[in-house]
Amino acid sequence: MNTETILSFEEAMEKYDPVLGFEVHVELNTKTKMFSSAPNVFGDAPNSNVNEVCLGLPGVLPVVNRKAVESSILIGLALNCKIAEHCTFARKQYFYPDTPKNFQTSQYEDPICYDGWLDVELADGTVFRVEIERAHMEEDAGKLTHMGGATGRIQGADFSLVDYNRSGVPLVEIVTKPIEGAGSRAPELAKAYVAAVREIVKNLGVSDAKMERGNVRCDANVSLRPYGQEKFGTRTETKNVNSLRAVENAVKFEIQRHGAVLDSGVKIIQETRHWHEDTKSTTSGRPKSDADDYRYFPEPDLLPIVTTAEWVEELRATLPEPPAERRKRLQADWGYTDLEFRDVVNAGLMGEIEETIAAGASAAAARKWWMGEIARRAKLADVDPAALGVTPAVVVEIEKLIAAGSINDKLARKVLDGVLEGEGTPAEVVQKRGLAVVSDDGALQKAIDEALAAQPEVAEKIRGGKVQAVGAIVGGVMKVTRGQADAGRVRELILATLGVEG
Amino acid sequence: MPANELIRSSASAMAAKLAAKEVSAVELTQAHLDRITEVDGGARGVHAFLHVNTEEALAVAADVDARRAAGEKLHELAGVPIAVKDLIVTKGQPTTAASKILEGWMSPYDATVVKKLRAAGMPLLGKTNLDEFAMGSSTEHSAYGPTRNPWDLDRIPGGSGGGSAAAVAAFEAPLALGTDTGGSIRQPGAVTGTVGVKPTYGAVSRYGAIAMASSLDQIGPVSRTVLDSALLQEVIGGHDPLDSTSLTDPSTGLVAAARLGNVKGMKIGVIKELHGEGFQTGVENRFNDSLELLRSAGAEIVEVSCPNFGYALGAYYLIMPSEASSNLAKFDGVRFGLRTLPTEGPLTIERVMGATRAAGFGDEVKRRIILGTYALSAGYYDAYYGSAQKVRTLIQRDFAAAFAQVDVLISPTSPVTAFKLGEKIDDPLSMYLNDIATIPANLAGVPGLTLPGGLADEDGLPVGIQLLAPAREDSRLYRVGAVLESLLEAQWGGPILDQAPSLSQSVLETVGTAAKEAN
Repeated sequence: MNTETILSFEEAMEKYDPVLGFEVHVELNTKTKMFSSAPNVFGDAPNSNVNEVCLGLPGVLPVVNRKAVESSILIGLALNCKIAEHCTFARKQYFYPDTPKNFQTSQYEDPICYDGWLDVELADGTVFRVEIERAHMEEDAGKLTHMGGATGRIQGADFSLVDYNRSGVPLVEIVTKPIEGAGSRAPELAKAYVAAVREIVKNLGVSDAKMERGNVRCDANVSLRPYGQEKFGTRTETKNVNSLRAVENAVKFEIQRHGAVLDSGVKIIQETRHWHEDTKSTTSGRPKSDADDYRYFPEPDLLPIVTTAEWVEELRATLPEPPAERRKRLQADWGYTDLEFRDVVNAGLMGEIEETIAAGASAAAARKWWMGEIARRAKLADVDPAALGVTPAVVVEIEKLIAAGSINDKLARKVLDGVLEGEGTPAEVVQKRGLAVVSDDGALQKAIDEALAAQPEVAEKIRGGKVQAVGAIVGGVMKVTRGQADAGRVRELILATLGVEG
Repeated sequence: MPANELIRSSASAMAAKLAAKEVSAVELTQAHLDRITEVDGGARGVHAFLHVNTEEALAVAADVDARRAAGEKLHELAGVPIAVKDLIVTKGQPTTAASKILEGWMSPYDATVVKKLRAAGMPLLGKTNLDEFAMGSSTEHSAYGPTRNPWDLDRIPGGSGGGSAAAVAAFEAPLALGTDTGGSIRQPGAVTGTVGVKPTYGAVSRYGAIAMASSLDQIGPVSRTVLDSALLQEVIGGHDPLDSTSLTDPSTGLVAAARLGNVKGMKIGVIKELHGEGFQTGVENRFNDSLELLRSAGAEIVEVSCPNFGYALGAYYLIMPSEASSNLAKFDGVRFGLRTLPTEGPLTIERVMGATRAAGFGDEVKRRIILGTYALSAGYYDAYYGSAQKVRTLIQRDFAAAFAQVDVLISPTSPVTAFKLGEKIDDPLSMYLNDIATIPANLAGVPGLTLPGGLADEDGLPVGIQLLAPAREDSRLYRVGAVLESLLEAQWGGPILDQAPSLSQSVLETVGTAAKEAN
């Protein structure tokens, strides 16, 4: 599908200096929409969470959702932004069927939050400061599904379905200033930046922050310039890169692609690019110039938003612990080593582990599962571990089953298989698959007697006091019971059978 | 009382008769429906209505009668029927904005003002004609044919609210709702000899009025007397949480102001720039008569200058089309209304939208969308929209300076009396000049009222007198308007509409002739 030549990342980095820029859209989890009283709920039947306002019917007028404004201010404060004392909405005009009014109500010249920064910690602990240009309020568009055609895009589709449930959902768009100096760490920084924003909005409680649901969406701008050149190169904007891994990969790919284009003496076309998870590459979208004419003008149906100092301070007082401090606290609480904790942060699993511990697992068990089996499976499936489908409750339940002796570690992995294949809760999977540890002493005794009879010389050694030889018998029993026996209990029973003190 | 006499009463007189049980709401509503049947249809009918809501209106009237019989306390206007401009959405009746693009569209929701009419128990007679999307000053731009002026069926009833004004002037309805973006309530009022008020911007909720220019649009009352408009504005006004630009002021004190009955000691300012040159002689004469009457009643008449009003029309024709081009973008054939497929070539979404808008919008609407799209374009925005907004500020300052000197301002409502149908249809600039005196109020958000000032000497057609007050001082309009109205009516020996030709005969005769010719 993608036939473009690309440089190796190393070669691209040798020749060119990357400049990045991000637009991250955060969907707020307010009860109602940005400008209407229709419910803001994900996943309901198409076009059920709509009213005349978010359908843009003739005669309707918008009313600003106060909660959404407060959430926007909170995001701004968490990003160290200034909060505008006075700001307005504007209409961004373009004809497209996902936008019922054929204009999007957004902010243009005077965003509610501006001039901020965010310190982003990279995998090795390096802190990189990203400057925030602005964070502004706007409304989401409906969701189009293009039917027929090969690409799933509007070109070549037979028809398109539109779901206006998302139309009018409150969004905050966070725009960075150009990010210079990331060098070869640009892809890593891209991922870390989006992860940090996601963590902030989740921590604030203003967004569900699920990337797989589009709660946090990233448009990644990339340009290259020769080292030493001040002027930025021509940029491309890769749209809607919807996982942390994809952000990293998309930035890396665009750097490699730009490098090859520039090497061949061709100019980069300023355009949007589409990220393809299957081929790990981008394809050309639509040309985009800085002078795209959206005919912005002040939204005449809405009054300016005026933020008093008292209001902003009231909101500031409700800010949760900042992520860096939170990390310090959690590491201490959980007793992880620096290395262990950094691995957790880099894997983007701090929240999952916190939830798992809160749900009743030990810190060690939570780490063992998320960083071990779940992370391994996620890597195989090429998804973020959080998107794999394992919930904290599943981890806690599996741990409980292990602790109760119902299953062992080996069986637990099979239980996880069952859960991921949709067979139900861990307990249900244990039952359906017959995975419970064999704890019926009668059944075990029979297997032990057989194993002892099969290896009489080993039995003799044990009788003679070489207790460590019991392992061979245990292995035999486990083989016969296909691993479904509690190894500790088997050992006890063997020693009892042979009349030896453990 | 015979039906033809009943329908000529004022709304307040009708309300009194209903309260005294001299007439039932069903009888009153039926009398108006009969009148509509009598004069509205046919080749030379008034054609004020695009839809007549017979069944529902009678059902509401019957309900009011039953509640009154049961002793329930009702709103003063309960049972008094009303017509609604077809720019305002209504459940149960089509809303077209007089455009093909909305032909047959049924709104799933009621405008806030319609909810309030229903709550007051006022039967809705139907939807009145207008220039398409309220764009025009003659109602000739309706996609469903023009409305005729009851004073002369060959003349325009004004616009855009020609249907509401003509319905009231022709006794098809005692009251109507209009919308006023640059004069669409007041100019039709002037040329039909009726009363119309554009309230302070934000005094009446715009929720459910199909937007032309959001920062200028305002819903207001249309009636035959000043008191009736006050009664109606009190019903429809007040804060609406669904309209962010709605004022929090309660809608009270207007009826009391209309009943006050004196203007002694009030200072009334004549706007130097809004009379004289460019105004028809008969209009100027009747305007001077009104000044004389107000002076005789003890008001002080002074001249004030609003030097920037000369730029108002230019600024208006940038701001209004800019906002309209945006507000009308939603009419694209995707979700509601007309959908037209291109006759040839591929069926892409852009081409279907294009074909729909090409077929669904009339010339004047297209003209304003193109003007507005251009004015908002990158590179032109500052020169056009930006400059127009600055002019707007200057006009607001002119008003502020004027109202520092006087209590109300006065001018003719329209520079000319009703012109002939077709006379200006191909000359948009000359059409736009009809609103020269009404536009400044919309740009500044201040309230304005028109009332009949007599008939022009040269053509015997009605002349309108406009009163303007500071924002949120709508009551001043009703106070001065009611006094001037009573002084004028004392001179005329009755309402101005008593001097209008007997419509039913002329229409019936014409219809009769047409029917014979058809045979």
